[in-house]
Amino acid sequence: MSSMTEMLAVFLLLTGSCATAQEITVAAAADMSAVLPQLAAAYTKKTGQAVKLSFGASGNLTNQIRNGAPFDVFFSADEEYPQQLIADGLASNGTLYRYAVGRLVLWVPSDSPLELSKLGMQALLDPSVKKIAIANPATAPYGRAAAAALRHFGIYDQVSGRLVIGENVAQAAQFVESGNAQAGLIALSHALAPAMKNQGRYWTVPLDAYPTLNQAAVVLSRSNQRDAARKFLEFLRGAEATSLLASYGFSLPAEKHPSGERVK
Amino acid sequence: MNWEAFWLTVRLAGIVSTLLIAIGIPVAYWLTYSRWRWKFLVEAAVALPIVLPPTVLGFYVLVALGSRSPLGRWWESLTGHTLAFTFEGLVIGSLLYSLPFAVQPFAASFGAVDPNLLRASASLGHSPARTFRRVVLPLSKAGLVTGFALSFAHTLGEFGVVLMVGGNIPGVTRTISIDIYDQVQTANYSSANQTALVLLIISFLLLSVVFGLNRYGLHRSPWAVGPWR
Repeated sequence: MSSMTEMLAVFLLLTGSCATAQEITVAAAADMSAVLPQLAAAYTKKTGQAVKLSFGASGNLTNQIRNGAPFDVFFSADEEYPQQLIADGLASNGTLYRYAVGRLVLWVPSDSPLELSKLGMQALLDPSVKKIAIANPATAPYGRAAAAALRHFGIYDQVSGRLVIGENVAQAAQFVESGNAQAGLIALSHALAPAMKNQGRYWTVPLDAYPTLNQAAVVLSRSNQRDAARKFLEFLRGAEATSLLASYGFSLPAEKHPSGERVK
Repeated sequence: MNWEAFWLTVRLAGIVSTLLIAIGIPVAYWLTYSRWRWKFLVEAAVALPIVLPPTVLGFYVLVALGSRSPLGRWWESLTGHTLAFTFEGLVIGSLLYSLPFAVQPFAASFGAVDPNLLRASASLGHSPARTFRRVVLPLSKAGLVTGFALSFAHTLGEFGVVLMVGGNIPGVTRTISIDIYDQVQTANYSSANQTALVLLIISFLLLSVVFGLNRYGLHRSPWAVGPWR
């Protein structure tokens, strides 16, 4: 019996969370996967605060948070998921911050013959486009934006048989970057990221073609480091952070997109 | 319950486990009777999918067989499309993924056939091929069924490879495990629950057949079940 207790103690010791009291854990939409590590590194350098990052489709992360995932802050790719969490008491209303407006782009590899600048979305009707990568509309705001944009341009039914669905927008980008899909509707932040920048060309989908991706962040109620988390969000409002976000194609909601105030 | 995904997955598992009978028997035959000193390297290679994460396999199918690689371009010129996001791609990925689950029970049952029977057959003038067909295969029936059932069940439960190379296309690559994942991620728990239960029951029944066969089986050969012989 006592040996069982000892074994249990050793097990707990070995498996126990090694997170220090200082570390904050951030769950972030996949479109932030290129810029957020840089923001976190800049923040750590400035304040000594360690930041751990987890990426996924906003819907998947929301579901994980509902099931008790130990995150302190949540960066969504839209505003709906954070609002749902607030409504369910899982995030604090006062902390909601619209940190950026996400942009959807149509991306093709460098060797693609498609004339994006001339054809725009209609380029997808070209017979050489056998697969079009998008994020999963069920869980990813960028997936919903892609589907809305295809409908906006009236080609959804013509291309729906050729859509391949990434688990999140980063996987959709990877599908087209690896050449397995010939075109993809992905995040501008990925198109501008070093890994993809010189690998292809993109066409920015006009803002009126899909509901604006008002990306919002919230501090989660279950977190025991809400103050540290709030400070990280404050850092995002600063000039250093906004200029880094801007270099990845993110604009601030207030300045350029008054329509961004539309909240469901 | 998504029946389209269900039947797609059953079809995938059926094709894969049938092909693995055809591929697995010669491989297992060679592994059983070869005296090559480096044979253990081939044994290790066949067993790789047991220990490798499915993401490794998925990565190779996606990148090494993508349109950037010579192999991928060759496939594309042959078929007009890349392997990723197609049913064939899933079949090829699953063949690799489930190979040891067929080969190992096959080889174990071949190896358990009494060598005296092989010598008797040879002394009666039968060729090794005829001996294999008339003596070894009939005595290995339970091993063949085990290999078929295990590779079928293993393919039913495949997830990582499909998530990486499938592209989640309804009716083409959206398998039952991906469907459950989607249901859970969208908090559609009752639907996930139904599908998961069906998969649980089928897997349990398949394994029960395998273990029952070994306990009261077609033959009382002493080989162990499964890849962990």
